[in-house]
Amino acid sequence: MNLIVERERGLLELEKRIAELREANAQQPVDMSAEIRALEEKYAQIQSEIFSSITPWQKVHMARHPNRPTAADYIAEFTQFDELHGDRHFRDDHAIVGGMAKLGERAVMVISQQRGRDTKENLRRNFGMPSPEGYRKVQRLAHLAARLGLPIVTFVDTKGADPGIGSEERAQSEAIAGCLYEFTVAAVPIVATVIGEGGSGGALALSIADRIIMLEHSYYSVASPEGCAAILWSDASKAEEAATRLKLTAQDLLEFGIADEIIPEPTGGAHRDPAGTIARVLKNIGSALDELASLSAAQLREARYQKYRRIGAWQTERLETVKTGP
Amino acid sequence: MSAIDRINITVDGDFKEIGGDVLPGDPLEWVDKKKYTAKLAGDREKSQLSEAVICGTGKIGGFETAIGVMDFHFRGGTMGTVVGERIAMLLERARELQLPTVIFTASGGARMEEGMLALMQLAKTTAAVARYREDGNFLMTVLTDPTTGGVSASFAFQADVIIAEPKAMIGFAGRRVIEQTIRQKLPDQFQTAEFLLEKGHIDMVVRRSDLKPTLTRLLDYAAQGRARIAAS
Repeated sequence: MNLIVERERGLLELEKRIAELREANAQQPVDMSAEIRALEEKYAQIQSEIFSSITPWQKVHMARHPNRPTAADYIAEFTQFDELHGDRHFRDDHAIVGGMAKLGERAVMVISQQRGRDTKENLRRNFGMPSPEGYRKVQRLAHLAARLGLPIVTFVDTKGADPGIGSEERAQSEAIAGCLYEFTVAAVPIVATVIGEGGSGGALALSIADRIIMLEHSYYSVASPEGCAAILWSDASKAEEAATRLKLTAQDLLEFGIADEIIPEPTGGAHRDPAGTIARVLKNIGSALDELASLSAAQLREARYQKYRRIGAWQTERLETVKTGP
Repeated sequence: MSAIDRINITVDGDFKEIGGDVLPGDPLEWVDKKKYTAKLAGDREKSQLSEAVICGTGKIGGFETAIGVMDFHFRGGTMGTVVGERIAMLLERARELQLPTVIFTASGGARMEEGMLALMQLAKTTAAVARYREDGNFLMTVLTDPTTGGVSASFAFQADVIIAEPKAMIGFAGRRVIEQTIRQKLPDQFQTAEFLLEKGHIDMVVRRSDLKPTLTRLLDYAAQGRARIAAS
């Protein structure tokens, strides 16, 4: 059960009540505006109680909220989109959606992870977990973008790579390693936005970028909290503690210098105002691309190299200084 | 096999270490059943190593080579900042000196205790591999038991020639995770070196006793090719 869905339940009931009263108020001579105001105050109070401080574990649930805007919702707000399909080897992976697009007037290559909204779509899209052929489609599109000089815009939203027999048989490791390589060498601007879940290597495959934008309640982690708990505590019920310790929130990643920018979400999460959230995200992607436009191919690649070269925390022999980058 | 033993049976004579003074921090101040710092101290004692990889330069069959050797005895060979940093330093030095590189892998994946900073080492090592290879340099990896997760999804499978030791377990997702997901037992052969060879994921499976002669022959081909380019 999604924790946020659970907590929202009371709020949604109040919302319904308020709407009903408003409608009644408009039709009847009796003035109920005092009752309405009281309910609205109560609503605001509960809302702030629930959402004024959200724990890392709640953020993980927010990122997984069934109504949270998915990549398709963002791509729908591009001026144009022509989807390109397939890896040219095995099949078209529906967990990856990509193609040529226009963001405003600017031609770009958009590449995204796409989860489903319902069970049927989730089965078709493998819950947003790409298979090797999905990663090979990503490589193909990134390579094409670099060849044509199109900036790359990605949307990251995955639990991680598909843990299945077929994926291993078709070299999942090599497929992800190939994505990392392609994004590393692409001499075009790359802007990645984590819109929901940033699950491990599967997320990294779409997010070696010059700018990494994260939504306020998205997360990005070396492993899922559940997976981490199972490995280190041998106890999946420690997931909440793992979520806290892993430092996986957008705010943590900004501090580490991995994320460059956080986009605020409306109170209650992105799904409470999808249109507004999406508009803000697209605007900021546009601004990031504007900033990167002035860099030459060589400058872009050098800056990207240095960015990743610096990330980490280590000490040299004397142990006096701990370096964190960048 | 320990990294030290591996170096002893692979390198002709002297081995000059690179990045030995780069040591782990504790950026997340991590604690699970134990403190990360305590686990590191325990591993240092047990393995007599300062981290999960030793890097340096030395001769293999007469060919000066940059060499990285991972060791599963230290944190299960997991890649945290220090592994990423040392591998990147190795490849940068190799590029500077125009040396071929051989990396022996043994890893359970990215190191949980360093969180996202560990995951970012996949990006760091990839950046170093890409820059190194673009200059026409030759990278080989030898995958030993086990090579999984973040290491297999980065430099292990970005090499020009990929060798594996017999029966080594190699894959992205761990066997247990897959079995739990699909709720059935996997065949014994699954994710072994021999399975990967048959599927076309790796170039060859080579017994330990044949490794040094095999690496030497491959280094010789590459050296001749590189010399021809240099002369033209």
